[in-house]
Amino acid sequence: MEQATEAPLKKTPLNARHRASGAKMVPFGGWDMPVEYSGIVAEHMAVRTRAGLFDVSHMGQIEIAGNDALAAVQRISSNDASKLAVGQAQYSGLLTEQGTFIDDLLVYRLAPAHFLLVVNASHIPKDYAWIAEQIKPAGDAVAVDASSRYALLALQGPAALDVLQPLTGVELAGMKYYWFANGEVASVRATISRTGYTGEDGFEIFVPPQSADRVWQAILESGKAADVIPAGLGARDTLRLEAAMRLHGNDIDETTTALEADLSWIVGWKKDDFIGAAALREQKANGVTRKIAGFEVLDRGIARQGYDAYVGDAKVGVVTSGTQTPFLKKAIGMAYLPAEHTAAGTEFDVDIRGRRTRARVVPMPFYKRPK
Amino acid sequence: MASYPAGYKYTKDHEWVELSGDRGKVGITDYAQQQLGDVVYVELPEVGAKLRQGQSFGTIESVKAVSELYAPVSGEVVDVNTALKDKPEAVNADPHGSWMIAVRLTNAGESDALLDASQYQDLVK
Repeated sequence: MEQATEAPLKKTPLNARHRASGAKMVPFGGWDMPVEYSGIVAEHMAVRTRAGLFDVSHMGQIEIAGNDALAAVQRISSNDASKLAVGQAQYSGLLTEQGTFIDDLLVYRLAPAHFLLVVNASHIPKDYAWIAEQIKPAGDAVAVDASSRYALLALQGPAALDVLQPLTGVELAGMKYYWFANGEVASVRATISRTGYTGEDGFEIFVPPQSADRVWQAILESGKAADVIPAGLGARDTLRLEAAMRLHGNDIDETTTALEADLSWIVGWKKDDFIGAAALREQKANGVTRKIAGFEVLDRGIARQGYDAYVGDAKVGVVTSGTQTPFLKKAIGMAYLPAEHTAAGTEFDVDIRGRRTRARVVPMPFYKRPK
Repeated sequence: MASYPAGYKYTKDHEWVELSGDRGKVGITDYAQQQLGDVVYVELPEVGAKLRQGQSFGTIESVKAVSELYAPVSGEVVDVNTALKDKPEAVNADPHGSWMIAVRLTNAGESDALLDASQYQDLVK
């Protein structure tokens, strides 16, 4: 049943801080979230050249624990969690039997038999219900929706390490990409993870909600000299698109498989079994007929989500994400195209509000940070 | 708080028109540019285009979204601010100085129904 009235927007522990700081707020996935502070372009450039601080406390946290926790995670998550050491994280998919995306997520191994899944805000109830049901055959494992126990901040950009290090005893330089450690930030108990959604070096910091504002303020204070600024969901979207990171609801959803999304690397092909494995193995054997491709617009114009892609007069696909990127200063995007049209250099048209506009397939990611 | 020039007329769609005799220069308001965010494209009509009041005369795109531009008055386009093609961000920096098109009015009376600065300010506050 559809709800007759809309539920009130949920607020992160930093909501009052955002409003007091003059952020522009928008509804996002059921949450009242800052879309921009000083402007998408300024925030995007800050992350590419210095650092930006994001409140991503709307993201969901689901924990799975018990003697058979690994088997439970292996069943519901597409990637191979047996490869994770304690203190390590991986990107993965929560797939249907058809190999399509209920959601995408990060899987953290907190202890040998204790995992933390970070999922998209708008899917928390759906994901939790699915996971709780699907892990039953795995044996001794329970899933808990722990979302309300965590606030999550993301400090992203080349200056992130130097800004965060003075606030914590955790030695950050030695932390490898997609690893994490428990410690404290600004005297607040925290889990620090070298992960992010921007294509830049940086950290995601899990803290208790009641301490989120204190940590937020401490990071901005520490970053003052480096001109670190708060950033919103608008810049988060343009940054992740330059880095070619998929967005659930745009680039991946319950109609697109992990192979079509060109995410074969998050499929644990050597695992015994997991939800979606049979469909993906069959699709791998037969080959995909359509695939996601990155593109640049060659003429003037921005190809946005939902715009149709054409080869000649034939409609062949659809744009799933597209914007004018502040750093590369180009109109880029991702689109599903027939597999034979996805080689780099292939040209096609996008219907931009009635005007056919040339676009060219380019390799992803569009942006790769300098090492 | 933004100041809206007293000599301009405003629409509920957040365009302004600066009238001078039978000519009018058209742009978007400070409120509109704030809502749009960083402007990256402005698409404007050719000189000679004939517009009816309320008709779309172009589009403006920010990083986030695309919006139609609506003619506050009927008229023929007699000049286009082509500088905005290369410097669309001027719309953010100086919305009330960044005119987009100039029109020769074909129905001078219809501007009476537009909002004045204080009425517009009430609308967006």
